[in-house]
Amino acid sequence: MTARAPERAVSTTAGTRRPRPSSVATRLPGAALTVFTWVIGLVFVAPVLWLVLTAFKQENQAATNPPTLFFQPTLDRFTAVLGADFLPYLGNSAIATLASTLLVLALGLPAAYALSIAPVKRTQDVLFFFISTKMLPVVAVVVPIYVAAAHLSMLDNVWTLVVLYTAMNLPIAVWMLRSFFLEVPTAIVEAARMEGAGLPRILWSVMMPIMAPGIAATALICMIFSWNEFFFAVNLTAAQAATVPVFLTGFITSEGLFVAQLSAAVVMASLPIVVIGWTAQRQLVRGLSMGAVK
Amino acid sequence: MSAATAPPREATATPSPSTPARGRARVSGWARRAPLLPALVFMLVVTQLPFLATVVYSFRSWNLLRPDSQAWVGVANYAAVFTDRQFLGAAANTILITASCVVVAMLLGIGLALLLDRRFPGRGVVRTLVITPFLILPVATALLWKHIMFEPVFGLVNFVLSPFGVETFDWVSQAPVLSVVVALVWQWTPFMMLLVLAGLQSQGGDVLEAGQVDGASSWQSFVWITLPHLRRYIELGVLLGSVYVVNTFDTIYMMTQGGPGTASANLPFYIYQRTFLGFDIGQSAAMGVVVVVGTIIVAMLALRLIFRTFMNAQEARS
Repeated sequence: MTARAPERAVSTTAGTRRPRPSSVATRLPGAALTVFTWVIGLVFVAPVLWLVLTAFKQENQAATNPPTLFFQPTLDRFTAVLGADFLPYLGNSAIATLASTLLVLALGLPAAYALSIAPVKRTQDVLFFFISTKMLPVVAVVVPIYVAAAHLSMLDNVWTLVVLYTAMNLPIAVWMLRSFFLEVPTAIVEAARMEGAGLPRILWSVMMPIMAPGIAATALICMIFSWNEFFFAVNLTAAQAATVPVFLTGFITSEGLFVAQLSAAVVMASLPIVVIGWTAQRQLVRGLSMGAVK
Repeated sequence: MSAATAPPREATATPSPSTPARGRARVSGWARRAPLLPALVFMLVVTQLPFLATVVYSFRSWNLLRPDSQAWVGVANYAAVFTDRQFLGAAANTILITASCVVVAMLLGIGLALLLDRRFPGRGVVRTLVITPFLILPVATALLWKHIMFEPVFGLVNFVLSPFGVETFDWVSQAPVLSVVVALVWQWTPFMMLLVLAGLQSQGGDVLEAGQVDGASSWQSFVWITLPHLRRYIELGVLLGSVYVVNTFDTIYMMTQGGPGTASANLPFYIYQRTFLGFDIGQSAAMGVVVVVGTIIVAMLALRLIFRTFMNAQEARS
């Protein structure tokens, strides 16, 4: 699986312009297929493009039939959203996302390391346990969590979300990080050991630099999931600790009245995580499949 | 949940022989396990304790509105669950929504992946655009489809369909399940596309070339070489997608609130209603347990597959 990329690179630099015959449609003329692909791609994301366009409209241009394509763009709707107390929600989301991601790394890195070194007999059981918690439907645990949070006066507290998001992301992180640990070449570690480096030194000076991209990717994946989480946020928070997705529930019944403002809010709510996702797209598959697919 | 599951047998029976022997430092078992403990204990406390509590609650009669009326009621809650028409309706909706979403998203994902696997000008841009629906807040996706795409008078869907005689069809109230499925398919297609694309790119070009030399048409080599190779990736996508989509809550909450009536409620939404609007803890807990048992069947398949894929990848490396 990993040997694939270089092989590809070679075949293109060798100048044999023969297209890789993998797709059904390779027999079609290349240019036509390229145009077709672009059209399909644009149609698929048309809702997003339209949403972004709408966010820059005035309300009376946003809900028209036929739809308005040309207009004087304005930032009014964005300022209106910010005026509607959007920032506290943004702050809560930032805390919940960043704190839970840091906690995931603090717990996950040692665990993944322990699970990557010589197989403890129980390694696979532990790995299995971690991943199986990911399959646990939230509705099966929300009742006791709600009751416990109420008892501990932790309802409407952003740190409750931090704990729950950590539990939500830890299994993915452990699996992902372990797959990165396994990729650190054994020879390098052995060489460092021969030179007399102790374990802390090996971890910090040898493994860390190699692991850094993997750790970053893992953190980004965790941030995406935390930012987008809704079920716990809507059920366990109220005025104080509500996050960005909860802010958007205010638009459930806005029936054509605030479409431009809704669009502006959606753009602002999604932008941080969309940018992060674009940045991490090479690692997205790995995170989504818990490290199974690279 | 894993309280009720056991590791797949083949995984425990064969401690994979290929795991790199990196831990040659003679550390005792405990020193090696210690780094694992905080994460393990944390997960046990946050996921297994609540699940055990759910099981206990499910045998009790307990409504938060009547705090003094708690009692052990045996399996009465379960009996009530299985005779509750709304629960059964929500279960049927869950299966319908999950199955149709996963199948359609996978077919579209395969199509997109085949298109994007080819080198062409702007491939990176198109790929980046196409994964965007998966990154947008699911709550926002639901709003986008409800208020901008499916809006009866000003919505884009009716505008595009107007040449075909569709004028002011109210999608979300007339066809709530379909509307929810469309939004979910749009959201999950990039996920499937990414997995299939990873599969396509792990395929050796030489096999396909050999097929071509032997006179296979594009279609033949797709069906006989590429599809079998993709099988594992498709299985993984379908199973992981199912595990995630079964739990869909935000899309239904935002688009239909389970309505009209309970026409589009799925299990997570219905249980949410019983818990947070009906405050019926005992019944909700019993429903939660039933959902877990149902999920285990799908989840076990998914877990085995992930294990197999993961361990194979490891073997391939060594």
